[in-house]
Amino acid sequence: MADVAMTVDGIAYADEVEPRLLLVHYLRDRLGLGGTPIGCDTSNCGACTVLLNGRAVKSCSLLAVQADGSEVQTVQGLANGEWHPIQRAFHENHALQCGYCTPGMMLASIELLQDNPNPTNEEIRHGIEGNLCRCTGYQNIVRAVAAAAEEMRGASTGAQS
Amino acid sequence: MSEIDAGMVVEEIKERDALSDPSTAGKQIGKARLRKEDARLVTGQTTWTDNIILPRMAYLAILRSPTAHAKISRIDVTPALQRPGIIAAFSGRDLAAELGSLPCAWPVTADMVHPAHPPLAVDEVRYVGDAVAVVVGLDRYQTADALDAIDIDYEPLPPVLDMEQALTDENLVHSDKGTNKCFEWPLAGGDIDAAFARADVVVKRRFVHQRLIPNAMEPRAVVVDPMTASGDYTLYSATQIPHILRIMLALTTGIPEHKIRVVAPDVGGGFGSKLDVYAEEVLALVLAKRLSRPVKWTESRSEGYQATIHGRDQIQDIEIAATSDGKVLGLKADIKADMGAYLQLITPGVPLLGAFMYAGIYKMDAYSFRCTGVFTTKTPTDAYRGAGRPEATFAIERIMDELAFELGMDPLELRRRNWIATEEFPYASIGGLTYDTGNYEAATDKACELFRYDEMRAEQSKRRESNDPVQLGIGISTYTEMCGLAPSRVLGSLSYGAGGWEAASVRMLPTGKVEVVTGTSPHGQGHETAWSQIAADALGVPFEDIEVLHGDTKVAPMGLDTYGSRSLVVGGIAVHKAAGKVVEKARKVAAHLLEAAEDDLDFEAGTFTVRGSPESKKSIQEIALATFASHSFPDGIEPSLNSDYVVDPENFSFPHGTHLCAADVDTETGRVTIRSYVAVDDVGNVINPMIVEGQVHGGIAQGIAQALYEEAVYDEAGNLITGTMVDYLVPGAADLPEFVTSRTETPATSNPLGVKGVGEAGTIASTPAVVNAVIDALRHLGVTEVAMPCSPERVWRAITNAQAAKSDTAKSDTAKSGGTK
Repeated sequence: MADVAMTVDGIAYADEVEPRLLLVHYLRDRLGLGGTPIGCDTSNCGACTVLLNGRAVKSCSLLAVQADGSEVQTVQGLANGEWHPIQRAFHENHALQCGYCTPGMMLASIELLQDNPNPTNEEIRHGIEGNLCRCTGYQNIVRAVAAAAEEMRGASTGAQS
Repeated sequence: MSEIDAGMVVEEIKERDALSDPSTAGKQIGKARLRKEDARLVTGQTTWTDNIILPRMAYLAILRSPTAHAKISRIDVTPALQRPGIIAAFSGRDLAAELGSLPCAWPVTADMVHPAHPPLAVDEVRYVGDAVAVVVGLDRYQTADALDAIDIDYEPLPPVLDMEQALTDENLVHSDKGTNKCFEWPLAGGDIDAAFARADVVVKRRFVHQRLIPNAMEPRAVVVDPMTASGDYTLYSATQIPHILRIMLALTTGIPEHKIRVVAPDVGGGFGSKLDVYAEEVLALVLAKRLSRPVKWTESRSEGYQATIHGRDQIQDIEIAATSDGKVLGLKADIKADMGAYLQLITPGVPLLGAFMYAGIYKMDAYSFRCTGVFTTKTPTDAYRGAGRPEATFAIERIMDELAFELGMDPLELRRRNWIATEEFPYASIGGLTYDTGNYEAATDKACELFRYDEMRAEQSKRRESNDPVQLGIGISTYTEMCGLAPSRVLGSLSYGAGGWEAASVRMLPTGKVEVVTGTSPHGQGHETAWSQIAADALGVPFEDIEVLHGDTKVAPMGLDTYGSRSLVVGGIAVHKAAGKVVEKARKVAAHLLEAAEDDLDFEAGTFTVRGSPESKKSIQEIALATFASHSFPDGIEPSLNSDYVVDPENFSFPHGTHLCAADVDTETGRVTIRSYVAVDDVGNVINPMIVEGQVHGGIAQGIAQALYEEAVYDEAGNLITGTMVDYLVPGAADLPEFVTSRTETPATSNPLGVKGVGEAGTIASTPAVVNAVIDALRHLGVTEVAMPCSPERVWRAITNAQAAKSDTAKSDTAKSGGTK
């Protein structure tokens, strides 16, 4: 067994885990954070994407022990009193149907927009390539990410001025 | 992006803006209301089945056959029991008496071969992934590890992989049955021989629908919570069909129906793959009962690729007969459909759901259809989005293009000459159905306008003339489909085991809020939103005041669930009707309260008003409270504003539309790039245009995926070599184009809301549109067929082979002419 300590959605946890325990199973089965789903076993689908120290990672491809000392953000910590712009944009643009890919898709999009605050549609499509959706055909996801980008740019400009 | 494409996107956005009116006031039907479902989904407050963690819950892991066909010569599960944390381990023989045989609800013919389908194989395995043993343990990982300890020996038997070879019965999948033929099912209309005898042109083609893996993003999962003291069982499953599942679990396990509660919590997509009764559901139930503790099973994606049903897998031999001026006379369809190793819930019925639709939107004198179901040593097939109708539509829309080429006619012109004119509805199709309404002209005109069909053809000619290495192809699909499963009498005539009705209850609560209980079981479709819109209009209450309850047999005891684009057309109408009954009950109370005759009351926007005295009125909320109190109610007024309604539709509904695809095909690399895609669908009246558009987008994406990307491939030993998401290409965002979508609205006449259903239309329409575009780009090079998926390699080979054939012909012509000299 190994000791791990990490902050998940702002709460500090310390646990003893099997070294082989995947981060996603630590989040889901140990912490009861079911908001981060599992869609595959080959790291193709991205449903389990979380932010690890601000970077998008597939939590099925990381051991819990590798996240030791890190800050993890899941979909469940995304709203801070009010919804994050990406959550609002997904809702307003009908960018989800069954919603299973949505947590990962939103977190991957947040990373994309950190790196490229004003992406073209094509850049969005390539930016979320690591996340699969079977319901939407992606068109409304692209719209949502573009809409969130616009709102987030506005917010950051507002903060600067 | 070219200028033309940009123009189309602008049009689409304008269209979208016009549709998007999320305002809360007034009539709700037709508004793009944002979805009620989204709040829990975008915040992660979802209850997927695998999220359920119960006290004392154990994990179930399943050992699966690594070989396509073998006898189990020895199996010993006891070594697994020595592993840490393991509670129990069983082989198929250990549990055979309790497990029974998995159900097939659709014996399509009286003499259909229906082999036993044990949830755990007993003596013989028949596909890679067939379950052979189970282990139950305290920890997910330990339980999976313990599978390795099971001692099992196989004695190989020959795999049966190719359908045509299977039909020789040289090697048998089920030796006790003596044949690999499951059934043969014919359908005929008109005098087919006469039609073909009269023909100037006959075109014959073979089309192959590859095997597809549905890939709902949520893998399957099941949790069973037993209360063995009273014999009550709650089963949570990632299923589309909680109601059917409950009945089938009762019949399979012998646990009485009223002692089983099935819950479909949040379900992450289905596309038909969760329209089934699976081994793991029966196993989890039986094991939870035997061990008297909750049991959970969750499939991994790769496990699901073997253990969850596949779709399509048909060989179609299609012949079309026509006159030289392009009048279609008749169509023959001879289909072989791969059942896989066993019959799942509706495996044999899937190809027959297409049988009625091979004539598509066209008039013809005669039609003959024959489907042969074939067993192979592969994962069972079953319904996958469209289920039979994508295959039918592909066949007719592809062969219409081939016929047009033979006749030297524009494929759109050929379609116009043969389709049912809008004034000819209702139309008795040669497939034996009555299409109630349609307007193929309007949908096609709109699609051509958005697509700029003539400009696109002009560009195509230019590129051909200039011998551009990237050729442009234009693909057409003018489809119709039958959906809204289904009139019970029709299902009965097809030997299906159940009816096709749907149930709803509407309950006015004392405070004027409303509960709508539906028998449909949404898993991404947005019923909570759409049913709220329907009920809001019928009752005149705010959209926000309505709660839609579903997916739990204790909460919604009656239902036939969600598949076959049936939910709105059957279940939505049930909500409308049940709400109408509530209004009629409220009318009696209003008459009493207002001291007026029922006939003298007008009901508008949630308020009863005495005709002629507008100040004499009661809102339905006031009536709800008065009904709750029921003080001084006279005899004969039931103190309740709750109503139930069960709809059995009188006919199918027939969405239709025109999809146009422009594809750039690189003749040097074989790469296909969809340059523009226009879809004009007529799904009748629309409850929520935003949801409809979303369904169309997703449907088109799955149809394109069949055309260009996806294929489940088995090797010659019967191993699924596309066994993980690494090997099976589910398209990502960068693999798909922007879609230009629009609609025409020709209301259905078979239901009071004039709706038709939209879940499958996109998938049904798009595959032939894309493949027709690919062929159209390469037609001048001699290519007449590219097998799906049209991968770069396949396209490149098709070009290379066609050119080799051309030069061979040229050579032999030269040789011949040389000889005669």
